[in-house]
Amino acid sequence: MLRIEQLVKRYPTGDTALRGVSLSVAEGQVVALIGPSGAGKSTLIRCVNRLVEPTSGKIWLRDTEITALHPRQLRRIRRRIGMIFQEYALVERLSVMENVLSGRLGYVNFWQSWFRRFPQTDIDQAFTLLDRVGLSDFIDKRADELSGGQRQRVGIARALIQSPDLLLVDEPTASLDPKTSRQIMRLITELARERGLAVIINIHDVPLAQMFVQRIVGLRAGEIVYDGPPDGLTPDRLSEIYGAEDWGASQATTAEQEPSLTAQE
Amino acid sequence: MPVRIANNGKIWQRYDTTTRLRLWGGWLGGTVITLICWQLIANRTRWEFAADAPRQLAIFLQRVFPPDWSYINQLWQPLWDTLTIATLGTLLAVIIALPLSFLAARNTTPHPVIRYLTLLIIVVSRSVNSLIWALIIVAITGPGVLAGIIAIALRSIGFIGKLAFESVEETSREPVEAITATGASRLQVLSYSILPQVMPSFAGISIFRWDINIREATVIGLVGAGGIGLNLNATVNLLRWDQAGMIFVVIFGLVLISEAISARVRQAII
Repeated sequence: MLRIEQLVKRYPTGDTALRGVSLSVAEGQVVALIGPSGAGKSTLIRCVNRLVEPTSGKIWLRDTEITALHPRQLRRIRRRIGMIFQEYALVERLSVMENVLSGRLGYVNFWQSWFRRFPQTDIDQAFTLLDRVGLSDFIDKRADELSGGQRQRVGIARALIQSPDLLLVDEPTASLDPKTSRQIMRLITELARERGLAVIINIHDVPLAQMFVQRIVGLRAGEIVYDGPPDGLTPDRLSEIYGAEDWGASQATTAEQEPSLTAQE
Repeated sequence: MPVRIANNGKIWQRYDTTTRLRLWGGWLGGTVITLICWQLIANRTRWEFAADAPRQLAIFLQRVFPPDWSYINQLWQPLWDTLTIATLGTLLAVIIALPLSFLAARNTTPHPVIRYLTLLIIVVSRSVNSLIWALIIVAITGPGVLAGIIAIALRSIGFIGKLAFESVEETSREPVEAITATGASRLQVLSYSILPQVMPSFAGISIFRWDINIREATVIGLVGAGGIGLNLNATVNLLRWDQAGMIFVVIFGLVLISEAISARVRQAII
């Protein structure tokens, strides 16, 4: 449903973030994008909804060529692409409800949004989603009163209320503790399955990605160097993506951490 | 190099040798200039006037005290005018300056040319003092409260506009990105991601300027732009220092109250 062809992004500073990336994501497929910092993961998903303008290459969502759209058409297609951010990117001084409803901005006109007159169907949906992500008691709280995990849940609800076909997720767990990280990853993957969404998740934490995702794409210096199932990520493969390191040792440490984590729960 | 190799290891100092020499030279130059200025001022002072100053001050105070308390009955109207000039002038400035700030801020301006035009308006407004604006406006509209309101507004547009556009530029980018990603229009992005971030500072800046404007509004009457300054001018011309003293007392009270209100409001916002 998403097809990326020979995507290149060169920044005005001369840095080349993507060097001809081609990638297809099927309907309902969840893909984890891994790779070291600066590999171009963030740039790649931002090119999909053109928060970053690609230098060359084509991106198709179903049969729409996103890279060829005019601003007005682009806004239309962005409604079908939900996005979730590392630092949650909520509007701190707005309430949880307003933050969630802001996901509907593409569907209402300016004055409706200015006076917060959203259609009742949108409001019903916001209540349902907030209930689903476990925040029914926080509807009137301001976003800056919430904890990291709660904020990310608001971010998830905001992305889903768009009724997207595709979800772009940028480091959803990088600012969260290990337990909350798992809960958030579980929530995202569950919701994607319930709604049949295609998802691209940028993620640093390889074991976490392996735990929740069936397909992993490894990016290194703007090029895809791995595309396959999670258990295909051997130490050799990881070295290819991240550079040489004692991968067996790091995985062992993660395994050791498990019991203490469950003990805390 | 702040780090030097000496025979017993590495030595670190805050500044390297050239920087230290330059700093020392700077201080020396500053001292010399201060002494020269001092000399110039001393040469051009009429010392007999300076020696006379304490006596003149005593005479002045004798004329002012006690103030003519009964004069306050004629001051209520000018006082109200002063408050009106400050408040409506600030309000007018806010209405004009806040939209301008979005045109002037680097992250929200529709076009660099518009940005520079807006910056020009802000600079022109800021570079002319309220009293001068009042002189100009009185010449156009004639004396009165209206001239005062316009003069205050013209000066405040630049002040509020500058501080406001700087706070727009300091907003965090992530919410803007997130709201853009939902398919929102430009105006919706402004109203949902930037406006909530800058509202507290917009309110704070406006109240702060209102507070300043109350003090400015007491002065611009001197050139005919309404308010209590008119009375001050008249009493001084008539050498009624006791009435001028009463005006000083009233202005002092007004400023105290406005400071208190402004401090209270700003605290409530932050």
